Amino acid sequence: MVQPGGGWLPRRKGFGAERAFSTLTLVAGAMVLVIIVAITAFLIAKAIPALQADEANFITETDWFPNQEPPEFGIAAIAWGTLVTSLIALIVAVPIALGIALYLSHYAGRRVATTFGFLVDLLAAVPSVVFGLWGFIVFIRPVRTFSVWLNDYFGWLPFFDGTGPFGRSFLLGGLVLAIMVLPIITALSREVFMQTPTTDEEAALSLGATRWEMIRTAVLPYGRAGVIASIMLGLGRALGETIALALTLGFINEITVNIIQNGGNSIAANIANGFGEAGDIGRGALIASGLVLFGITLVVNAAARVIIYRRREFTESAA
Amino acid sequence: MKLQRHGTVAVAVLTASLALGACGAEKDTGAAVVGANVWKINCATGTLNAQGSSAQKNAMDEWRKNYQQQCPGSTINYEPTGSGAGVQAFISGTADFAGSDTALTSAQQPQANGRCGGNQAVNLPMVVGPIAVAYNLSGVDNLQLKPNTLAGIFSGDIEQWDDDAIKADNPGAALPSETIQSVHRSDESGTTGNFTGYLTAAAGSSWTFGQGQAWKAPGGTGSKGSDGVAQSVSSTDGSIGYMELSFAENAGLNMAKIQNGAGQFQELTPEAASKTIEGAQITGTGNDVTLNIDYATKAAGAYPIVLVTYEIVCSKGGPAGKTPLIKGFLDYTASGDGQGVLNGLGYAPLPGNVQSRVQSSVNNIS
Repeated sequence: MVQPGGGWLPRRKGFGAERAFSTLTLVAGAMVLVIIVAITAFLIAKAIPALQADEANFITETDWFPNQEPPEFGIAAIAWGTLVTSLIALIVAVPIALGIALYLSHYAGRRVATTFGFLVDLLAAVPSVVFGLWGFIVFIRPVRTFSVWLNDYFGWLPFFDGTGPFGRSFLLGGLVLAIMVLPIITALSREVFMQTPTTDEEAALSLGATRWEMIRTAVLPYGRAGVIASIMLGLGRALGETIALALTLGFINEITVNIIQNGGNSIAANIANGFGEAGDIGRGALIASGLVLFGITLVVNAAARVIIYRRREFTESAA
Repeated sequence: MKLQRHGTVAVAVLTASLALGACGAEKDTGAAVVGANVWKINCATGTLNAQGSSAQKNAMDEWRKNYQQQCPGSTINYEPTGSGAGVQAFISGTADFAGSDTALTSAQQPQANGRCGGNQAVNLPMVVGPIAVAYNLSGVDNLQLKPNTLAGIFSGDIEQWDDDAIKADNPGAALPSETIQSVHRSDESGTTGNFTGYLTAAAGSSWTFGQGQAWKAPGGTGSKGSDGVAQSVSSTDGSIGYMELSFAENAGLNMAKIQNGAGQFQELTPEAASKTIEGAQITGTGNDVTLNIDYATKAAGAYPIVLVTYEIVCSKGGPAGKTPLIKGFLDYTASGDGQGVLNGLGYAPLPGNVQSRVQSSVNNIS
């Protein structure tokens, strides 16, 4: 068929490849969904028998004894530990990470920034078991000394109360986590800050802003969504971290705001610790706790999405 | 089967070269016991995949190495995944035999029998692991503890090193006025199971938390694995923890003498640990050699805190084609030679009475 005029694209050329490629991307995209659904189905299927056998309230019980007769276990203490350690990690890591990121993007010379950025990325490549062992063998000493100091001077605060022993605590676990999430938050925030439109920065400077004022008025508002996303990614890592916490926490299952006494447990660390010796119910119980962790991360990530989405509308209209 | 057929060959081999070296050349030479004291490895070929208790990992590694060296064509893998995982793998058929710190429970037994085609799955005690109570307390290197004192320390009732109960056990020792930092296992383990079993049996009303693989007493600090406990104790002054002997030895820790049922403060030696197992009651029937350890043993010179780990195998109807290798390998591990190599590894040998029962059970595998 010959078409009049020049308005038609050639019909068949490259069409096969086009379709193949679009199918490929579709399959890749669908794969994510399939995997998520499969994992969820697996977790639920394995968790239900254990939850039915549980003689205690799964939500409020703090102890974890799924392998005894009758099984009694609950998520309360380990979920608490997961949240507390992650919170400590973020409180410590975020200011430092943003400081590093701003330094690399706006203060350091090119050569320094490249070397430094490389070193930070290197930190992300260290296996978590190495962080765990280091925390457990080396880092515990200064943390213990620091804990004793906190206890001496700030013992009137419930966080730093107690009679010891100190060291294998939420604080140690949280600080090790902080070091582990630091490179994630740093690397992403740096990228975001570097993308600030030069026109915005120059506009601020030309109005007489100092460099700090320029960062405050141009860079930070522009990068806010990206920074929040990077923090949420860091939080995701902290929530799911397993072996570093399995090595550094003191494994007392209780809900406490005290962060320096030996103790603490987390969902992921509890799974790492319990899996080897777990029986049928025990494994189901651990999987049920995994399901809870899965739910927590889902909520965190969804919250991050919402924040980013709202901010994007703002920054896009501003830009 | 092969035993009779090769009897004469075995004697010939024995005269030609002593003991072990001959296996490679005479692969099928099957005699289990040749002569009174000379042991002959019973070689077979193939691959065994086993997993389970991490407490017997070092023993297994040594045995695997020796057996594979003597028997070309044999591969034996042992994954220290933990007793629970090992038993599960055995039941589901992914492990040819399992290592476990506890005998099969009444719930597991039928499942395990099912895996053996309806035949009995048996528990064979193979490795005796003494449990050390190791401590780190400057100025004190000869600590002695009665069971009640030990229970008090680990249940949190005794909080100071200069507590009257500890003083009474250690007349003349310079005990500092320091807080006791007790360290227990954070993961469930046979070590905890046997330690709490000991406290339950020997300490009476001073220990109210019962026996279990999971630690239940309040307070203290949890550490992952015996290596974690050893590390915690060695890095903290004033701390005390229980762990398998080899870990205490490797960390260079002092070990407490424990008072046994005969009233002696007994130092931990492999021989003293074996003595406790010697008095254990064999509760298994048929080829099953499940032991019931008497932690309150009154035998003189016995060290009462011990762990026994089992191999769980099919007495009949095991994995197809692998029976000769399972038999050959376990025959070696239960032998005098096999048990002999354990001494340097922080384990104790099986006492003679148990060993002969295990050997005859292994011989009956078919």
